[in-house]
Amino acid sequence: MEERSWVEWFEQASTNDWPLDVWLILLHWELFAMGLLNTILLVSLSLFFGGILAVVLALVRTYRLPVLSEFVWLLTYVERGSPLLVQLYLIYYGLSQFVFVRESILWVILGNAWWCALIAFSLNTAAYTSEIIRGGIKSIPRGEIEAAKACGMSVWSQLRSVILPRGFRYALPAYGNEVIFMIHSSAVVSTITVIDILGAGRTLNGKYYVVYEGFLMAALLYIVVIFITTKFMKGWERRWLDFLVR
Amino acid sequence: MKKFLSLILVGLMSVPFMVSAEELRVGVEGAYPPFSYKDASGEMLGFDIDIAHALCDEMGVKCTLVEQDWDGMIPALISRRFDIIVASMSVTEERKRRVDFSDKYYNTPARLVVRKGSGIRGTKEGLSGKRVGVQRGATHQCYAEKFFTDSAVKLYGTQEEVFLDLAAGRIDAQLSDAVQAEEGFLSTPSGKDFEFLPGNQYDLGCHGVGAGVALRKGNDGLRTRLNKAIKAIRANGIYKKINDKYFGFDVYGD
Repeated sequence: MEERSWVEWFEQASTNDWPLDVWLILLHWELFAMGLLNTILLVSLSLFFGGILAVVLALVRTYRLPVLSEFVWLLTYVERGSPLLVQLYLIYYGLSQFVFVRESILWVILGNAWWCALIAFSLNTAAYTSEIIRGGIKSIPRGEIEAAKACGMSVWSQLRSVILPRGFRYALPAYGNEVIFMIHSSAVVSTITVIDILGAGRTLNGKYYVVYEGFLMAALLYIVVIFITTKFMKGWERRWLDFLVR
Repeated sequence: MKKFLSLILVGLMSVPFMVSAEELRVGVEGAYPPFSYKDASGEMLGFDIDIAHALCDEMGVKCTLVEQDWDGMIPALISRRFDIIVASMSVTEERKRRVDFSDKYYNTPARLVVRKGSGIRGTKEGLSGKRVGVQRGATHQCYAEKFFTDSAVKLYGTQEEVFLDLAAGRIDAQLSDAVQAEEGFLSTPSGKDFEFLPGNQYDLGCHGVGAGVALRKGNDGLRTRLNKAIKAIRANGIYKKINDKYFGFDVYGD
């Protein structure tokens, strides 16, 4: 009998005998690496831009700035009241229906699936996060803010040294959940041609007409990403909320 | 009394067998006009749908249509969400590793569609650096990834989404079934600025011998009946009637 290296044996067994074709997944590691990178980039950038926007929106709502506050309320209501997939489709397929959009300078951004996803995700997470931050600010004991006023702090220094730092700390545990949800929801970009983790899995499934290989690998990657994120958020909470841990 | 009881017993025993023999769940897509689409009221229509009904009538079984997205079609068949697929699925070697097929029930060529006057040529070099859209899990994904290696191949869930993005200008070309592209896009208002590139794109390995009815492996009895039914509707004129409802020529091929 001919000698076979273990690699050949592995390939043969995986392709023909095993219920799950592990070889096929390993063969396409670059596809999954690209998917992982896209998911991480997309979620981090959305959280970054969405986070900045969220602070502004939360302050508008907290200080009840006239007109603006109502507008922000409407925006958060719509963003939180409809599925992310619908929002993504409205931006990606909806806006591209209008000729004036396609001919405008905006098309440089809207013509690209990746940027459409970034916009949809940033707005969505901004809406949720602004409510979380607003809740955090509300949780600050009234006395602390009154003390800051009594010390003669300007509105700006009240914000900088009391309201925002204290509000963020109260908001952090809920924000941890939002980050996890965002990673889960990011899977919807695979429907608009972006190869994220799920997109990589679906591409593999589509190419070889397999059932589980792509989805299982995708699930595994999501679990790893979520695991690391949870650890990171826990560490962050321990640093910021040390005074609450007893 | 004893006789009565045994009658009930026999009756009960025969019920499950009658149901399983009479009913066949058919996986269809619904986003691939004119082969498979939905009208305003959500009812399934199209060549595939009519063929499915005709085959079921011919075999004397009751059919229930089950709607399924294209890229989950074969997984859903294997996991028994339905028993056969009648959804313009080409018979290819790669798919035959997962499922069995009947004989073909039609065969039409694949062609590239581009914007009029784009100057694109339908070759690897001509499409170099261009964005080519195909449906995920279609034979055209196989073809595009095999031959247009210098292009950015974009994958979509449905063929309708491919056309939406071609019209929007997010892709430069798309590869799909020529008849479907003509009826579902080029002859519609949104397709008026687009045209076929000359020549068919064909690769036996990717495209196979035509579209067949897919079924789970090891179901040779059903496969024989399907093949007989396809022959029968070809012979008795029902196929021609359905064909002429949608097309000006015979899509069965040679």
